[in-house]
Amino acid sequence: MSLGEPNLSRRPDGAALFIALLLAAIAAVIIWQTSMMRVPPIQARVGPQVFPYVIAGGLILLAIGTALSAWRGQFPAREKDNYGPMLWIIGGLIGQMLLLGWAGFSIGTAVLFAFTAKGFGRGPLWQTLPIGLVLSFVIWFIFSRGLQLSLPMGPLERLIP
Amino acid sequence: MDTFGLLADGLLAALQVHNLLYALIGVTLGTAVGVLPGIGPALTVALLLPVTYRLDATGSLIMFAGIYYGGMYGGSTTSILLNTPGESASIVTALEGNKMARKGRGGPALATAAIGSFIAGLIATIALAFLAPWVVKAALAFGPADYFALMVLAFVTVSAAFGDSALRGITALFIGLGLGVIGIDLQTGQARLAFGIPDLLDGIEVTTLAVALFAIGETLSIASSRSQIKEEVLAVKGSVWMTLEDWKRSWPAWLRGTVIGFPIGAMPAGGAEIGTFFSYAAEKRLSKHPEEFGHGAIEGVAGPEAANNASAAGTLVPLLTLGLPTSATAAIMLAGFQQFGLQPGPLLFANNAPLVWSLVASLLIANFMLLVLNLPLIGLWVKLLTIPKHWLYAGILTFATLGTLGANGALSGRLGPIPFSFELLILLAFGLLGYGLRRFGYPIAPVVIGLILGPLAEQQLRRALAISQGDPLVLVHSPIAITLYVIAAIALLLPIFLRMRGKGEVLGQLAANED
Repeated sequence: MSLGEPNLSRRPDGAALFIALLLAAIAAVIIWQTSMMRVPPIQARVGPQVFPYVIAGGLILLAIGTALSAWRGQFPAREKDNYGPMLWIIGGLIGQMLLLGWAGFSIGTAVLFAFTAKGFGRGPLWQTLPIGLVLSFVIWFIFSRGLQLSLPMGPLERLIP
Repeated sequence: MDTFGLLADGLLAALQVHNLLYALIGVTLGTAVGVLPGIGPALTVALLLPVTYRLDATGSLIMFAGIYYGGMYGGSTTSILLNTPGESASIVTALEGNKMARKGRGGPALATAAIGSFIAGLIATIALAFLAPWVVKAALAFGPADYFALMVLAFVTVSAAFGDSALRGITALFIGLGLGVIGIDLQTGQARLAFGIPDLLDGIEVTTLAVALFAIGETLSIASSRSQIKEEVLAVKGSVWMTLEDWKRSWPAWLRGTVIGFPIGAMPAGGAEIGTFFSYAAEKRLSKHPEEFGHGAIEGVAGPEAANNASAAGTLVPLLTLGLPTSATAAIMLAGFQQFGLQPGPLLFANNAPLVWSLVASLLIANFMLLVLNLPLIGLWVKLLTIPKHWLYAGILTFATLGTLGANGALSGRLGPIPFSFELLILLAFGLLGYGLRRFGYPIAPVVIGLILGPLAEQQLRRALAISQGDPLVLVHSPIAITLYVIAAIALLLPIFLRMRGKGEVLGQLAANED
């Protein structure tokens, strides 16, 4: 993905420096977790630890490279993002996740559907929620009855014997 | 049996009613997702994997391949009529195709794209049938060390050779490799990076990662983008038929596109989009009407469209013969094979010959179906473009979560008294990762390929080292491995050199991305 010209206005690029830090942190976690593994000596030579260490080493090098690149402002320019719509969609995903277990697939997914539409500027919720509910219920019926997929059931789904 | 015999047997199998049906479903779905912006073939195959779990292997794989081919056809429609590529391999088509549509020549543009795709798909599929047995023969001589070298080469080419930054490409790859380590180590039974969470012991599902990165990440980044361009769908005016002049100018472009696209797809060198850029450049140079380029030159549609279908077929060569995916869609198809307990590679041709050959043969049939679907029925697909964005993305997320729940519907997480699906939590987390990757210009495909190819590479590495009793020199012992490493080094260093010489722009445009 090329987003155009390098971003010279942000030098150093704080967000990109954060990415470098994140990569280094992931490398540290991999090394820490891998070193805690107890490996029988017979496997020690070419055991399950080699590959994680190699990856962690690579990530450390990449973190250094990313930091350098952030310092020079070599990351592509970014436009300022709108976080409002994003929060609606993430809210929808979390809402669905927490509703599925007891309210069932249709109600949970209706929330995801309506919140996502809201994120793209289509409301109001009292209109989009019922649309989502009908759609999700039809999908639930097709996939769980027709294709034998196991999808969470709630009060609505139990109405159908 | 020779290739002809095997292919004929394959054709007979592919012509059975249920296989024809699978192919038809595949190409129809593929065309639809190719047309719709925001979903590509990789995402669609990932979403369908759980649904096809109980279906038969041959049929499902025929369907997946149909989706891949269909996506390549459908993408061109969106590029031409909307100027927003439906999938990444159609970016170039938008350059000339949309200009043609604006001039009221949308019909011939769609026709040359569809017929070019058909001819390229046909030639390339036949090339696949004849090339594959040779590659299989060569691959039988490969030892574990050679396989490891081959995978290193694939890692380098998909992450570093194209795109505008080797650093970001390789970072994306290593994120994927790191995710691939999570779970039980198959050779020793030890848990790695599972953090004591039982759900992580099985590892990260390729489909969950792909759906998250492609569907959730893409939706988040589109929703948050301020520059919402007002898109208008151009109506197809005038005749769909090409004039004699159009035919004359399209023919050589189709053939050149095929010749350029197929090898690029077949080499472990990334997705279909790369060939389209080369083809466009070639047409521009060879054209007798260079002044028309940028204003709707038909060669600029015909060549790249042929190239993208040819490389889609080409991608199947390393996938089927070596088990090496070189695009995100191929990576998901590899996951599809694994779901049915099949491991693509030379042995697949020996042990599952009927399956392989019916798959190849069904691609020929799929091509005919696609020609029919895309020329006379074009009006139907154009209607898909008028679906408003809010319904489209709400629908995409609905199906994304449906597919994820279908793959693993266990409500194993717990937040207080409320049970929740751990798989959906992973989906959300990787969705945010996908958004971040897009925001900072990281390519997506290397993450997916790293996740699926990483464990296979590790397996070959450990096998090689076990045979040599730990001596790392075994890795550079055979001439095959040495050759592969040299090519990998060139693929890594040449672009860096070119970028330093100020030629980075071209490579940036060649970004191997989505599908």
